[in-house]
Amino acid sequence: MKTLRSSFKVPGGVHPDYRKQATRDKPVQVMPLPALLRVSMAQHMGAPAVPTVKKGAVVARGEVIGKAAGFISAAVHAPTSGTVKGIVDAPTAGGAVAPAVEIEPDGRDRWTDSLKARPDWRNAEAGELVAMAAAAGIAGMGGAGFPTHVKLSPPPDKPIDTLIVNGAECEPCLTADHRLMIEHADAIREGACIIRHILGARTLRVAVEDNKPEAVAAMEKALGGVEGDVAVVVLKTEYPQGAEKQQIYAITGREVPSGGLPMDVGALVENVGTCMAIRDAVVDGRPLTERVTTVTGTPLARPGNVLARLGTSYADLAGFCGGLMSPAAKVISGGPMMGLAQHSLDVTTSKTTSGLLFLSPDEVEAFTSLPCISCGRCVEACPAYLMPCEISRMVEAEDWEAAGWYDVMDCIECGCCAFECPARRPLVQHMRQGKAWIMAKRREQREKG
Amino acid sequence: MSEAENKMFLVSSSPHAHSGATVQRIMLDVILALMPALAVSVFRFGIDAARLVVTCVATCVIAEYLCRRAMGRQAAVNDLSAVVTGLLLAFNLPPALPSWMAVVGSIIAIVIAKQVFGGLGYNPFNPALIGRVALLVSFPAAMTTWSAWRIPAPLGGVEAVTQATPLGLLKTSLSTDGSMPYAFNGATAMQFLLGNQNGCIGEMSALALLVGGLYLLARRCISLHTPLCYLATVAVFAAVLYVVDPARNMTPLFHLLTGGLMIGAIFMATDMVTSPVTRKGMCVFGVGCGILTMVIRKWGGYPEGVSFAILLMNAVTPLINRATRPRVFGTGLRNA
Amino acid sequence: MILTTATAIGLMGLACGGALALAARFLSVREDPRVERAAELLPGANCGGCGYAGCADYAKAIVLEGAAINLCAPGGGEVIGKIAQLMGVEAAAAERKVALVLCGGDSGNAPRRFAYNGVADCRAAHAVDGGDKQCRYGCLGYGSCARVCPVGAIEITAGGLAVVHPGVCIGCGACVKACPRSLIRMVPVSRTIHVLCSSRDKGPIVKQACKVGCIGCTLCAKLADNGAIAMDGFLAVVDYDKELTNEAVVEKCPGKCIVQRSMEGATA
Repeated sequence: MKTLRSSFKVPGGVHPDYRKQATRDKPVQVMPLPALLRVSMAQHMGAPAVPTVKKGAVVARGEVIGKAAGFISAAVHAPTSGTVKGIVDAPTAGGAVAPAVEIEPDGRDRWTDSLKARPDWRNAEAGELVAMAAAAGIAGMGGAGFPTHVKLSPPPDKPIDTLIVNGAECEPCLTADHRLMIEHADAIREGACIIRHILGARTLRVAVEDNKPEAVAAMEKALGGVEGDVAVVVLKTEYPQGAEKQQIYAITGREVPSGGLPMDVGALVENVGTCMAIRDAVVDGRPLTERVTTVTGTPLARPGNVLARLGTSYADLAGFCGGLMSPAAKVISGGPMMGLAQHSLDVTTSKTTSGLLFLSPDEVEAFTSLPCISCGRCVEACPAYLMPCEISRMVEAEDWEAAGWYDVMDCIECGCCAFECPARRPLVQHMRQGKAWIMAKRREQREKG
Repeated sequence: MSEAENKMFLVSSSPHAHSGATVQRIMLDVILALMPALAVSVFRFGIDAARLVVTCVATCVIAEYLCRRAMGRQAAVNDLSAVVTGLLLAFNLPPALPSWMAVVGSIIAIVIAKQVFGGLGYNPFNPALIGRVALLVSFPAAMTTWSAWRIPAPLGGVEAVTQATPLGLLKTSLSTDGSMPYAFNGATAMQFLLGNQNGCIGEMSALALLVGGLYLLARRCISLHTPLCYLATVAVFAAVLYVVDPARNMTPLFHLLTGGLMIGAIFMATDMVTSPVTRKGMCVFGVGCGILTMVIRKWGGYPEGVSFAILLMNAVTPLINRATRPRVFGTGLRNA
Repeated sequence: MILTTATAIGLMGLACGGALALAARFLSVREDPRVERAAELLPGANCGGCGYAGCADYAKAIVLEGAAINLCAPGGGEVIGKIAQLMGVEAAAAERKVALVLCGGDSGNAPRRFAYNGVADCRAAHAVDGGDKQCRYGCLGYGSCARVCPVGAIEITAGGLAVVHPGVCIGCGACVKACPRSLIRMVPVSRTIHVLCSSRDKGPIVKQACKVGCIGCTLCAKLADNGAIAMDGFLAVVDYDKELTNEAVVEKCPGKCIVQRSMEGATA
């Protein structure tokens, strides 16, 4: 086990005000069960799950309430024992509406035993462990929500030799992963080793930013006895140091090809939370039913890191943290750079809710955009080496082919460009428009030919 | 909780954080950076400098306001870009220029070079330079009438007899009898550095302009690439000429300190809207300006080539942008 | 002096003119004269509604590639008939259609649910948290349809609702493609009764979202003769191919979303 100090600088990148002081030293608090849980079927990338329970059903914690629909999909489980009040159409953090199972907790929190634990996972076949991850409904908890069992099944011609555990947490304000590493380093280690065993990866790296020295120390200690090419990599604090492709490049020197996936260069990245969830599923036989969310913001009375069941409403989360002392102008699910702004606190937590951020009116202003002044700050800041100002111009002119020529599809939507733009142009929104148009065109062509 | 729920939340696409930079702040920084040069010019030319600066800035601001009103577009005056254009245009005018000509130049700069294209961000050419060049071509006599120096030259320096700029002197004396107008020595260099030379009201003191340039660099309003490449190219070009024929060419230091080069390299060539966005592109732009400036100074009809050089390079900026597109992450692979 | 100049220029002019004449004669491209004639017959609006890049392109396609002759909606039956004559084929007459926005939710009827800050385009706004209207099917009013209209027939009212002026509309259909919520429908000019709602939500939800929304009570479907209004889930949809004569549906509709509106108007 070694500790590597990386001097890697993210190409471009920005230094926002990190504002982690409010919650970085607050241990994770377990939130008591709320009166109602609304568990969405669309908590992951891919097709939403299909509800498997009806109104009135009595469910145990960890029981399947939604089954995966298709290859890229994930199962959804009851976060606690109780009665199903109904299947409703509920808004998700992204604004879409998806079916959700409403459960009224009975307070007993009885677990199901449908998922058999495998504490001796070192003797298990990779296939069996991947099936357990699927049965546990695990999806990427860093924010993307990609079904983990799919990620852990690369095709045989793309072997993975490097597993990277992502503990960078580069988003300002968020400290959930930071606390997980401090408080559950051993669990994360075990989860990482399980994944390494599944993939047969030779190299294991745990990436942490240098603004989390306690987490670095905790992971160093936890990884002490692990055999083989194992290291904690301390990355310079910069946004977006946690971006998957850039992190792979930082640690292995390999660039994921444009339009490709990390497995194309023999690497795989998993969030620390996902590692822990894998461990809970394999070692304890527990499907994914809860996650740590950083609930923070100036209007909030008691910001903290909250371990809450999936399906907890944002209103209840805020209530557990003392409620709002002053009005919030903006509510964000996630962090300030890539998070989704919300219009209602009725939305519930999902597998990917890493943060809930409340911004006060003086931290937020409705912006008006000016025309681009070609200052070039966006070009400097882009971690994917794009020219956001040019793409934005093409999108505004609706010249979609030109936007594609300027590689809009390689945009990782990190927000560095819009963060820097003095003309307050809605660059990320333009990127999304360009991508949407190109994907629609590709779909059209696939259907035609 | 009801307080929060009564009012509507603000919802926008990510990101929800911002660096705080604004166009207005950038323009303000440019104005501040020009203050040392303004101080020197008012000190040197007194009321004339003040008159021209006030006329140009006021005309630019009013012209922009009226133009936007007439075009039915949103008011843009408070982004301070008209003030910057006015200042830069004034700095490019000789002190004795009649005020009405300054007004004409300002109107051309704002209306024709900027608003007609759509306003800030859409203009392909530097508006202040368009204004200056329009005046130069329309009123050549007035634009090349220089004032007498107010301060006598220091010992060993250039005599305060002529009313020409150093570059003007160079061109005329070379073309009349092929001789150099004076010896360029350390004292003359110091004189030019501090602003004791003739010329347009803003271009005299290389030192004041450099101080402003350092401020802009510190504030991230400009990057080092364009001015450095521009000045380096001029220096190298001049050095080559000097080495080949010292009798008919001035030293690189002379070329760096005289004419509109300092103000051009630091303030005009770095104008964001009309120069490339990529780092490589900025270097290409700087080198191109340098070459064109020296070519015009050495072989062109005009004694000073900075304005034309920058305008010509403005024209090819879109091409430079396309040609210096960075290699996108994940393309043109560099795999271990 | 002047004589020399005049002669020189005159001779040069003659020479150039002669060269041009010869070029026109010997270097000309042989083209089917019907292409030019067809282009003259087409309205010349270059709206692209036919799917080709302008009227000249469509004319070429008709004559040289055998494209269908009834694709020009702005031209209508008259033009189609003339082109049919030119090409010597049968003309299929179709009734002129104009665009209609099937939504009545302006700011007075349908509240917004958040303060949207971003690109003022309907597609973009729809992608941000599902759009800022309480009704997730309703018109967002950011003008994407108005911007693509080649003749400026669409107005975004002060209440933020897109409204088509039928007299100006040439029926090209560009607005139909532009709306991210597919609110615009091409309706025959003779029809006057319309359901101005596209919400597929259940009644109670619609009532919260809009004062003039379709609550799915099915009264109109029952009242309308010969199935001219049918229910699609919780939304009443007019079948414009059928004749709807029972005007009582307008007053009887409890949701107040059925209107009587003429689609005629002075043609552009």
